[in-house]
Amino acid sequence: MTVDKERQLRLSSAEDVVLIRQAVRQWSADLGFSLVDQTKLVTAASELARNAVIYGGGGEARIRTLARNGRLGIQVTFQDNGPGIADIEQAMKDGFTTGSGLGLGLGGAKRLTQEFEIESNPGEGTRVTFVRWR
Amino acid sequence: MTRIPQILKQHESELLEEWIAAQKGAVGPKSSLKRDGELREQAHSFLNLLQQATQPGNVTNTESAEWQPVRGFLSEFSSERARQGYSPTETATFVFSLKQPLFQRLQSEFPSDPAGSAEETWAATRMLDQLGLFVTEVYQKSREEVIIRQQQEMIEISTPVIQLWAGVLALPLIGTLDSNRTQVVMETLLQRIVDTGSAIAIIDITGVPTVDTMVAQHLMKTVAAARLMGADCLISGIRPQIAQTMVHLGVALGDITTKASLADAFAAALKKKRLMVVDERV
Amino acid sequence: MDRIPILKMGDLLLVTIQVDMHDRLAMSLQDDLTDKIVSGKARGVLIDISALDMVDSFIGRMLANIASMSRILDAETVVVGMRPAVAITLVELGLSLRGVRTALNVDQGMTLLRSFGAEG
Repeated sequence: MTVDKERQLRLSSAEDVVLIRQAVRQWSADLGFSLVDQTKLVTAASELARNAVIYGGGGEARIRTLARNGRLGIQVTFQDNGPGIADIEQAMKDGFTTGSGLGLGLGGAKRLTQEFEIESNPGEGTRVTFVRWR
Repeated sequence: MTRIPQILKQHESELLEEWIAAQKGAVGPKSSLKRDGELREQAHSFLNLLQQATQPGNVTNTESAEWQPVRGFLSEFSSERARQGYSPTETATFVFSLKQPLFQRLQSEFPSDPAGSAEETWAATRMLDQLGLFVTEVYQKSREEVIIRQQQEMIEISTPVIQLWAGVLALPLIGTLDSNRTQVVMETLLQRIVDTGSAIAIIDITGVPTVDTMVAQHLMKTVAAARLMGADCLISGIRPQIAQTMVHLGVALGDITTKASLADAFAAALKKKRLMVVDERV
Repeated sequence: MDRIPILKMGDLLLVTIQVDMHDRLAMSLQDDLTDKIVSGKARGVLIDISALDMVDSFIGRMLANIASMSRILDAETVVVGMRPAVAITLVELGLSLRGVRTALNVDQGMTLLRSFGAEG
């Protein structure tokens, strides 16, 4: 797996969530993803970016382009400084929320991507990474 | 030090003639071989590139950098032939038929040294075998690309969305639905719904041989997406044995309207639009 | 702060969302609309989202909330113009927007709203 391009974005406000969406849209369009795939990527990024801002007290996002076995992909990582997630399995379930949302964030974002990884320890923040291949 | 590059250089024109003759002999008179001029040109460029590549003395490892031009040439040659419909044999013969003329030259070059001649022949065999296999590999890949492109085209022509009435679309599906095709079908239908402003769409699956859990799920997702956009989907043409399989598999279509035939679904669509078909004779 | 404009046509309110909305903008639209429904005695709300290239769970929830709140205030809401790619993504996300009425375009949305008026 090689990395061609990488960009880091700050995540601290609602406006930053919009900037992440625009960046993911631009990158996935440049990589030649279909319109539906672009929309899935942008939507997944929006869910996770908002999680990081609201529940994680902010952090940063990193977008990278990947190439593996002749396929192109996009990887987005979100790292927040929040309290972390105690029970990841429970948090992935639809309907689970500690805030006022519908609780579709994590589980929904996973369904929109092909590879999904979440690392979290109480007190050490949360890191979520997803990948979608073209 | 191998003498192959030297032989290639000294006997270039004889080798070229003998090789072209060998190619014609190998594939027979009925073959679809190119016009003489084009074949000669390709054979000529290949011999030139071969001579340059062998110059540094490495004839048995065609993966190395000095062989790049030869491989580039063969790769283009092979994919072109694959696209033009040549058989793999005809394509690989281009390389393999150089063996005979080259081996003859190698033997006559070493009249008093059978061991040297055998060694050179072995090196030349390895070289041409590697190149021949490379040609076959590229040929195979190019054919696969052709097949993938044709599959894509087939998916596109196999999703005819037709307008039955102002505001009523129909999508008669024929053949097996796999995940890839269903996705294209789904997107095509939804886009046509927007383009035509049709609030009713009928998905007819009379021509679909089996409906498994995955296909049913795709159908339900399509209907759900259409609903979000403000259009209703009806599903028609569920054959008795498909209905049985679906029940056995535990596949439910939820609250989707289903009709036995496309005609029934069309009648339901008209009713929804508060339209009526009248028999004028009555 | 930016606000999304709300047009009034008779007893209908018309909103066209044309920007990539951040969450506070979505929340203020929700507040503004409920205020306008009451002050303008509106019976119907039409929200055109044909310019939106994505709807995530937050925006989806805002649309559902507007529909529920307006119903309590005796006005019907119709969301029109959702793009196919957005609809496919919402289904995959698991959002069905139950309780939100939808139409393909502004024309069909207006017809739908008028038909409610005729019944009520």
